[in-house]
Amino acid sequence: MNNSRAKTGFFSSKSPTIMLIYIVFLMLPVYWLVNMSFKTNEEILGAFSLFPTNFTFDNYIVIFTDPSWYWGYINSMTYVVMNTVISLLVALPAAYAFSRYTFLGDKHLFFWLLTNRMAPPAVFALPFFQLYSSVGLFDTHIAVALAHTLFNVPLSVWILEGFMRGVPKEIDETAYIDGFSFFAFFTKIFTPLIASGIGVAAFFCFMFSWVELLLSRTLTSVNAKSIAATMTKTVSASGVDWGVLAAAGVLTLIPGAIVIYFVRNHIAKGLSLGRV
Amino acid sequence: MKKTVNQKAWFLVLPVLLLVGFSAVIPLMTVVNYSVQDTFGNNEFFFVGLEWFEEVLQSERIHDALGRQILFTGIILMIEIPLGIYIALHMPKKGFWASACLILVALPLLVPWNVVGTIWQIFGRTDIGLLGYTLASLGIDYNYTQNVLDAWITIIVMDVWHWTSLVVLLCYAGLQSIPSAYYQAAKIDQASKWSVFRYIQLPKMMGVLLIASLLRFMDSFMIYTEPMVVTGGGPGNATTFLSIDLVKMAIGQFDLGPAAAFSLIYFLVILLASWAFFTIMTNIDKEEV
Amino acid sequence: MAKITLSNLAHSYVNNPAEDDYVLRPLNHEWDDGAAYALLGPSGCGKSTLLNIISGIITPSEGSILFDDTDVTFADTTNRNIAQVFQFPVVYDTMTVRENLEFPLRNRGADEKYIQQRVGSIARAIKVEDILDKKARGLTADAKQKISLGRGMVREDVNAILFDEPLTVIDPHMKWELRTQLKALHKELKHTMIFVTHDQTEALTFADKVVVMNGGHVLQIGTPEELFEKPAHTFVGYFIGSPGMNVFDASVEADIANLDGNEIKLDETYKKLSGKVELGVRPEFIELCEDGQGIKIEIDRIEDVAHHKIVRAKYNNKKVNIIVPEDVKITPTMNSMRFKSEGVNVYVDEWLVRGEIS
Repeated sequence: MNNSRAKTGFFSSKSPTIMLIYIVFLMLPVYWLVNMSFKTNEEILGAFSLFPTNFTFDNYIVIFTDPSWYWGYINSMTYVVMNTVISLLVALPAAYAFSRYTFLGDKHLFFWLLTNRMAPPAVFALPFFQLYSSVGLFDTHIAVALAHTLFNVPLSVWILEGFMRGVPKEIDETAYIDGFSFFAFFTKIFTPLIASGIGVAAFFCFMFSWVELLLSRTLTSVNAKSIAATMTKTVSASGVDWGVLAAAGVLTLIPGAIVIYFVRNHIAKGLSLGRV
Repeated sequence: MKKTVNQKAWFLVLPVLLLVGFSAVIPLMTVVNYSVQDTFGNNEFFFVGLEWFEEVLQSERIHDALGRQILFTGIILMIEIPLGIYIALHMPKKGFWASACLILVALPLLVPWNVVGTIWQIFGRTDIGLLGYTLASLGIDYNYTQNVLDAWITIIVMDVWHWTSLVVLLCYAGLQSIPSAYYQAAKIDQASKWSVFRYIQLPKMMGVLLIASLLRFMDSFMIYTEPMVVTGGGPGNATTFLSIDLVKMAIGQFDLGPAAAFSLIYFLVILLASWAFFTIMTNIDKEEV
Repeated sequence: MAKITLSNLAHSYVNNPAEDDYVLRPLNHEWDDGAAYALLGPSGCGKSTLLNIISGIITPSEGSILFDDTDVTFADTTNRNIAQVFQFPVVYDTMTVRENLEFPLRNRGADEKYIQQRVGSIARAIKVEDILDKKARGLTADAKQKISLGRGMVREDVNAILFDEPLTVIDPHMKWELRTQLKALHKELKHTMIFVTHDQTEALTFADKVVVMNGGHVLQIGTPEELFEKPAHTFVGYFIGSPGMNVFDASVEADIANLDGNEIKLDETYKKLSGKVELGVRPEFIELCEDGQGIKIEIDRIEDVAHHKIVRAKYNNKKVNIIVPEDVKITPTMNSMRFKSEGVNVYVDEWLVRGEIS
């Protein structure tokens, strides 16, 4: 006798209506943006339509062909990647120290680090401007990358420390007995063990740096102008170039979506293994 | 895990210290510098002690901004935390739909903040925005640039749209880490769904909820870009929150002295409030022992 | 309390399974009401699957399961009236011990006086009276496991109590203590108890009857003595006992076994055997003897284990273990082994074959 009725455990799907409503709520504005990106300005301002009547790629063409536009994306990608790399490189040894050792002032240092995450960018806008100008780094990618480390490094240390705490010290000690140098141990043994933690930290660094506007606009003008700042040029005396603005907006979503897709497995697993 | 005492660990922490020190302490020093000086113009400064601090602390304009900020942050937390928990409870746990939902839910978090503002700015317009148009055709009088209540509602809904997903993701991760044995035990004990939530799910989510609440509190208190793009702080100064006010002062009016004093007080307020928040939440956690 | 009947029960995760796809192969068995059983076997043998089928967490893909003649195959865990103790303590952290114990009764809307009376008697039975009003969160692992157990027993009408390797997280010195308490509880309350473990000591000391499993098969169900003296399968012989049973390739004719030319007299007479024939002899039934008086072996080393000595040797390049009582002196000329005939079992294709007593 074959029992084919599957038993659903406590995880059985309840009615998916709630999720559906929430996702529709999330997607509506996005849909509207995409909708607008395929319309001309006349159509956008002229009439209300759920779907473009004159479907056009013009807005996207402008962005792909106008250097000041696509450079905006390239600049943003550049400093975001720089920031992620710097933040992680600096945060990894620090997180290791916090998770393995106690030392004079360690708790205070950790708390002080966290307070930097709480710093309102508005407070630092002007000082950063003066600081980076005075050392000749105004309008460079590295300036924005460094400025963003203000909030990304504390967050990375916070996240990574949580993951590292989950790796027993015995593994370190065994490696040393086996003859590994600290550096070899760290790169060959330790890093793979905290891979999902690094993934989560990298994701958050990317996210917070990519979306930040105030500092990235204050510290750049031409050479390193972020896409967020570039988008403000659609607002001019002759009105707002909604179509191009919408297309630019849609394009800013893509890198983020790609990043999420790649870390989707790490996020849920990673967030639960770490600090939580 | 027992940590060993090792003062050499400072070398490992040195890069972080230098970097953040450079990024934070030096600029902060300039702020402190400005906060106690006034200028004749032409870049000539003279020391005025705590005069600016007094002025800021007594300024009605700043009191108003603070009041609006507190109201905003309070409303945000009251909506986003419960909503986030609720959605996380209903997210699929495995299979194709789990991945799909995860990506879609995370999308609003990845939108640059000015794009968020732009989207909602357009979305709310009655002539070309889906939301505005729908409301207008339903006969509702909606205008976020001129009506204070509409402006507030728009900004709040925008923040909920933007950030609830952070709470959802964190709570979802917390829920995933609960071993299924707990649910089985609850079944054996014939516990009601509410009991399962109250005695198993909620306690196990406390860790993530702390992180989510703290992050949302801090970030909403510092919010600048999104409301700036949508309403510019208006109508009038109805949606001028603390950061917007500060930037107006510092960069707009170049009132460096008061702006600097304001900055320091602002930072201190967040620090104190976060610390209080953090302490309360971890003590609720400890009381259970 | 209930009698549990398994009828043609089997489980596979694929539809239309082939021989190898079964996680649990078809079995028929009746579990006596009020007895203590152990499900013993290595990891992956199917014992946890079987336990979960009994508790209702898994619905078997074939066959049915009955509690006292009521078919519960499709019944939800909630409706089966069983209690389960898991590998790690499952307690409600935010409640006190008392509230934990009260919980199942409260959910059924029981009378307050009855609840207090039951909680009191169970708390006495599992010895948690002194921590009744402490929050469950800060307690030790063994205390928490006891509370898990108590929560299961607080309902008088529980059909069976199931244990899924519950001593895994317990400190070694507490394991003995808890095992003793469990046995005492069983004597007192006479619930049907089913205990899953991979540790033979736990199984043999706790249970009235042990179910030995491997690869989804139930190999033998018997008392600890039966398992020891007459293992029904070479795996049972190997898994139980420390060290386990020695297995030799041999041929058997009537009541003589032939081990590479060495003849051994057996206690039973066997008809013609076809298939792979092996002899299984426990280390306790092998004697070390002088050169020429038995089968020649090569001794690797001798371990002194207080009450006896274990001789690790090799025969035909296969490992042989011999247990020598502590009063027997081992001399260098003792390089041969002899079997005690009552301990020699004959296996065909790994299953025990009985002959006629000669």
